[in-house]
Amino acid sequence: MDFISILSIFVLACFVGYYVVWSVTPALHTPLMSVTNAISSVIVVGALIAAASLQAPPDGPPVYPTHPRPCLTSQGRPVDAYSDIPIDCDAELGAGTPAAAKPENSPRGWSHWLGLIAVALASINIFGGFAVTQRMLSMYKKRERKDG
Amino acid sequence: MAEAAAAQPTWVLLAYLIAGVCFILALRGLSNPESSRRGNLTGVLGMTIAVVTTLATHPIASIAEIIGAMVVGGGVGLVTARKIQMTAMPQLVAAFHSLVGLAAVLVGTAAYLNPEAFGIAVRVTPIASPSFVSIFPQSRIEMGLGVAIGAITFSGSVIAFLKLNGNMSGKPILLPLRHVINLGTLLAILLLIAYFTQDQAPLIFGLIAALSFAIGFLLIIPIGGADMPVVISMLNSYSGWAAAAMGFTLHNTAMVITGALVGSSGAILSYIMCRAMNRSFISVIAGGFGAVASAGEAAAIDRPYKRGSAEDAAFLMSQAEQVIIVPGYGMAVAQAQHAVREMADLLKAKGVTVKYAIHPVAGRMPGHMNVLLAEANVPYDEVFELEDINSEFAQTDVAYVIGANDVTNPAAKNDKSSPIYGMPVLDVEKARTCLFVKRSMGGVGYAGIDNELFYRDNTMMLLGDAKKMTEEIVKALG
Repeated sequence: MDFISILSIFVLACFVGYYVVWSVTPALHTPLMSVTNAISSVIVVGALIAAASLQAPPDGPPVYPTHPRPCLTSQGRPVDAYSDIPIDCDAELGAGTPAAAKPENSPRGWSHWLGLIAVALASINIFGGFAVTQRMLSMYKKRERKDG
Repeated sequence: MAEAAAAQPTWVLLAYLIAGVCFILALRGLSNPESSRRGNLTGVLGMTIAVVTTLATHPIASIAEIIGAMVVGGGVGLVTARKIQMTAMPQLVAAFHSLVGLAAVLVGTAAYLNPEAFGIAVRVTPIASPSFVSIFPQSRIEMGLGVAIGAITFSGSVIAFLKLNGNMSGKPILLPLRHVINLGTLLAILLLIAYFTQDQAPLIFGLIAALSFAIGFLLIIPIGGADMPVVISMLNSYSGWAAAAMGFTLHNTAMVITGALVGSSGAILSYIMCRAMNRSFISVIAGGFGAVASAGEAAAIDRPYKRGSAEDAAFLMSQAEQVIIVPGYGMAVAQAQHAVREMADLLKAKGVTVKYAIHPVAGRMPGHMNVLLAEANVPYDEVFELEDINSEFAQTDVAYVIGANDVTNPAAKNDKSSPIYGMPVLDVEKARTCLFVKRSMGGVGYAGIDNELFYRDNTMMLLGDAKKMTEEIVKALG
């Protein structure tokens, strides 16, 4: 998926959000805030990726398969501001082999620990947000009919 | 980046899309209290899909730790959700916003430290020097924006929490030259993000984060207590944009859709709150409301007013055909909502029609009063919004104002010098009698202004604690 596709989804979702939120009854604006709070914790997806991540030492072989390699896409867009640096293509082609991807042997870096904290924080929000919303919504009751 | 997303199989993309749709349906359900509960469960389903998909598609060597983190976080969340008082909802929401912001900063930092794990970087090996990891320039912008918005959300929400929770005075704190400082800082953040595409040095990343934390703090401290409903909605919006920016970084449709939903939701709520206070969004953000007016606090206290007892109030209301109860935040503070509902029940048993009128900014967050009344078992179809009920006051015998002040102030309609001039207010003075429950004549409303209503002929002041006064009325009615 390229940038434009994601941007399109984003822009259309803004419009969907606009119409959906205006249709929310004002009486439920507080649950709206708590539930939007819970769903914005979908950022937990990023936190999980970080928490699951392994850190390859900068000079060692990569843990993750690195594609694209600049040498292979030299006629595409510039990969980086550094792309004017002459690149050692032999080293590039040798280094990118996914053979290095042995997760259990690789060290864990800061990103792993930051990710774990983020998972915990987002979980507070997800569980707390949905639970408190449900608690509030269960309080809204209609008038009891006297003639039942 | 096409290359990064291409690594994800189609079913994964579909799963995230379905999660996004679930979130849309969760919000759609809130159009009606009946459908809202199912909507919330749809949201839970969406979140489950997103989490399971992520866990299933990434090599994970530390599943125990991850589950541990989720259990700890989830436990804290569930206990908080169960224990929290409904009056404290604004603080809770502010605290939750700060967590989203902080999580966004942490995820952004993790992505910066280990971009290969997120598929947003390449290894570059220049001739005769060690190889290094280079983050795609576009990802750097998305990451920079995500971290910046996340940090603003975090520090802003922390200040909002402290103000709402009473750990910090609700009075605006006005720094000299604050507009220059704020605009300068915002500009500096944008320039740093632009420069970040050229140089991914830790210093640049750190500066973006640090300045963003600072600006979040600086943006919220000058905003007074009366404007908190706007602030909390605005921070809601920011937390959404932070999630969206992270979604762009990770090419994740669920995050992008959710971010857009939450972002627009918060923006719309901010707009509704601003409209309800007749304030422009810019003037709220610029802050300082309430600082000037509080100077005139002592001025108008020695005016004559009519004082009534609980028995008088009970008599007036039991003789009425229709009573409209106007609750405000003061009712919640005094925990008087249950007593109010008892009073309403007794009146209904006597054949009096009882309705509730709610101003959009009564309470400290959008819809706060509705939740508090729902908690006290007030049926939601007896509760009306300002536009729906305002015309009824003229045909109403008694308006019972409890804990509300500024939202009933006629100065908003006829005093051009009043800071709340032009704000839509409830026309309680049009009722035959207006009963106004207030602790004492000394205090002023949250916005710090005197209320003309207290001195009117058809107003009867019921001085005392909102809960005790209502309980006494209940006794007198029974």
